[in-house]
Amino acid sequence: MTDLVEAAAEARLEALARARTRIGLTLTAAVVVVYFGFIGAVAFARPVLGVMLAPGLSLGIALGAGVIVAAWLLTFVYVRWANRHYDPALRALREDLR
Amino acid sequence: MTPPPAGIGEPSAIAIAFFFVFIAITLGITYWAARRTRTAEHFYTAGRSITAGQNGFALAGDYMSAASFLGIAGLVSTSGFDGLIYSTGWLVGWPVVLFLIAEPLRNLGRYTFSDVLAVRFRQTPIRIAAAVATLATVVFYLIAQMVGAGGLIKLMFGLGYEQAIVIVGLVMIAYVLFGGMIATTWVQIVKAILLLGGATALAVLVLARFEMNPARLFATAAERYGERVLVPGGLVAKPLDAISLGLALMFGTAGLPHILMRFYTVPDARAARTSVFYATGLIGFFYLMTFILGFGAMVLVGPDAVKAADAGGNMAAPLLALLLGGTPLLGFIAAVAFATILAVVAGLTLSGAAALSHDLWVNVVRGGHADSREQLVVARVATVVLGIVAVALGIAFKGQNVAFMVSLAFAIAASSNFPALVLSIFWPRCTTAGAVASMAVGTVTTLVLIALSPTVQVDLLKQPSAWFALKNPALVTIPLSFAVGILVSLVRPEAGGLARHAALARQAHFGHADD
Repeated sequence: MTDLVEAAAEARLEALARARTRIGLTLTAAVVVVYFGFIGAVAFARPVLGVMLAPGLSLGIALGAGVIVAAWLLTFVYVRWANRHYDPALRALREDLR
Repeated sequence: MTPPPAGIGEPSAIAIAFFFVFIAITLGITYWAARRTRTAEHFYTAGRSITAGQNGFALAGDYMSAASFLGIAGLVSTSGFDGLIYSTGWLVGWPVVLFLIAEPLRNLGRYTFSDVLAVRFRQTPIRIAAAVATLATVVFYLIAQMVGAGGLIKLMFGLGYEQAIVIVGLVMIAYVLFGGMIATTWVQIVKAILLLGGATALAVLVLARFEMNPARLFATAAERYGERVLVPGGLVAKPLDAISLGLALMFGTAGLPHILMRFYTVPDARAARTSVFYATGLIGFFYLMTFILGFGAMVLVGPDAVKAADAGGNMAAPLLALLLGGTPLLGFIAAVAFATILAVVAGLTLSGAAALSHDLWVNVVRGGHADSREQLVVARVATVVLGIVAVALGIAFKGQNVAFMVSLAFAIAASSNFPALVLSIFWPRCTTAGAVASMAVGTVTTLVLIALSPTVQVDLLKQPSAWFALKNPALVTIPLSFAVGILVSLVRPEAGGLARHAALARQAHFGHADD
């Protein structure tokens, strides 16, 4: 019986590990896309970045600030997922695997 | 043109007073910390007693350098939008640290990042490879900081270059030698608060002249110097150069030994995670402030006056302080810049000393058999040695253009430490030989390609052209390092390797038995 519980827990740990790797890689890819998208626009779409959204506020400046804010928001997404799903799941597993 | 205003480059009584207050406070912290530093565990990790919030500030303190505070503000004040590209690039490495490295690192290692590699690979070769990569990263970063410090202090306090270097070296050795990680952490926290406070105060004073509206500031800049200051100029003329530098910044942060070491100072993986979230917010806020400071200096001080004070543009923020708050604010900002350099070199020296003492002496020379007393003594000897080396290199490179050495340090971290960590944590079939080959190839090719790059060949040696086209080699060396690691691992599988990775994978989630 305990063996069955343990085998099930092992499977859950593997699934949890896969979920974390998947989320880590997806969010890393998101940062790469955001930042290199910005650099790509700076390199290849210069006139577009010169569009003025308001007096003094060019699209380029807004996007530059946006990259910083987006990077921080992505860390928030990860921390929220980890605190809400990963940590409780891990706590439950820790008990089952003892 | 405009002569440098009085107050810049002269020892001002207020600047010196602020500086002595900072030194007195930090040495007081060091004295307090020294009484708590009795074991190697305390020396390297502050007894794992730092909270997530404290570590968030300390990470920000370790990362925000005087070069970014003064350099980016200067770049924006003289070239506008193009300077902002740096502001964004310096932040994007932090999410990567969080998503891939911080928590497994905390759960798998003890004192250095090579502990993580040593969990599943053979000790001696992996420790040597990791220590060499760590020392290369730390030494290049240190040279850039020391040479920058000498020049900066000369400009701000009117001290001689060598004097400035020796003072930085002595104070920094005192922090690390006596107070270890506890003192280093609190110096980082004090410095981060001072730097963030100083930058925010300056930004608020700037915005007060523009109805607290950044867009009005930018619009005034455009009125005076043309709309070109708000749009991309010629800085990213070569997209491949920008992409390569971007890769080094993004993945290098997750391989910087002094940053990685900070994750061992917190009690568990959750605190490590939370601390990166705080650090990313603080650092992001700081780089957003550089937008305001840079354009503020452009409009209020003027690009010509900035260039007249220092051709590199480093005096933009101090000049802005002088204009907005007079000599007291200039003195405060000068002392903050000094504190910033001291804190960064202390963190670098501690992580380099850990590589020498923990990785090389304790685990390679002594085969892991050294009692706590011996570990502490060796760590302190390594600190003094590295401190003296830093001072000597700072003096040896006087007057050289060493700004590229920071991006070199990031390139080595991104092409050597980062691939080895990722392969070791995430890839079951990686072998000792694969990880060692990946680190060795990453370090060596980075060094060779930098030597052959336009940065060294054209800018430093004045050759007409360079053999290698990119200024930063990360675009080539990161994929190469991964490819070598994977290829070598596949050619000769390691007996028992998969089982050791399975054990590592479990520990990466659950942490040490005593956590």
